[in-house]
Amino acid sequence: MTYHPGQRVRIAARSHEGHHRTPGYVKGKTGTVERAHPSFTNPETRAYGADGLPQQPLYLVGFSQRDVWPDYPGQGRDRIYLDLFEHWLEDAE
Amino acid sequence: MSEHEHDHPHEPIGNGDEPPAAARARALEQLLIEKGAISREDVRDRIDWLVSRSPADGARLVARAWVDPDFKQRLLADARSAALELGLDPGPSPVVVAVENTEDVHHMVVCTLCSCYPRALLGPPPAWYKSLPYRSRAVSDPRGVLDEFGLELGDDVELRVLDSTADIRYLVMPRRPAGTEGMSEEELAALITRDSMIGVAQPAAPTPIG
Repeated sequence: MTYHPGQRVRIAARSHEGHHRTPGYVKGKTGTVERAHPSFTNPETRAYGADGLPQQPLYLVGFSQRDVWPDYPGQGRDRIYLDLFEHWLEDAE
Repeated sequence: MSEHEHDHPHEPIGNGDEPPAAARARALEQLLIEKGAISREDVRDRIDWLVSRSPADGARLVARAWVDPDFKQRLLADARSAALELGLDPGPSPVVVAVENTEDVHHMVVCTLCSCYPRALLGPPPAWYKSLPYRSRAVSDPRGVLDEFGLELGDDVELRVLDSTADIRYLVMPRRPAGTEGMSEEELAALITRDSMIGVAQPAAPTPIG
């Protein structure tokens, strides 16, 4: 586990051919690690018949909605959380 | 089929209005069975399991948490273990997270990528949960979506959207409605709707005793 709750992380802005579970709307955005989940098999290889190993640590990452959507119509305190695999995170501190 | 001259091309006989995705799923199922990867019984068992699940299980968890503060702490710390403690099947996901709605914070759950959902505790997801409009707008305009569900949040409430993008399943623990003091756990469970555990509604209001 590389990251810890409270740590600021940026989501990698890279594109990825094929199945992956990092939605485009958070790529390049900066958020805060909320929880460190256990590790899971990697869906990017498992989707194509591989075993998904090595397992990848998974984190719940929270973002201010206004950081994700510049025209967010709600309140300034509203937040959005996603589960993201470690190989999509970059240290933003 | 009525008999008629085959002097014209037409579509193969199907299940009438079966959508293409369903036909594809049936063809895949047939292939997997022929290859020995799965059996017809496996498919039937999974369907039986899925349709046997209902929001009543999730409601039991929430109702117990409403009446038992120690259980609530255990539910918020590890919802999977809490479900097992009540003899409920938490499903195949190794981590189930319950999030608590309070006066100041409201949670709602979506899966933008597909339809991840705590099926073991809530049953099959509703069609709207899998629809593209909900999946896209729940993240970018969640207050607008809640308005359409008839749930207007105050400006002072922090709205937290959980996008289930991976292996974790999220269950919302709604706020206990006012006027439910003295109600039994079973009576409380009847107020806890599926939608309130997705976070797009509040629990049902108690019926005043007349």
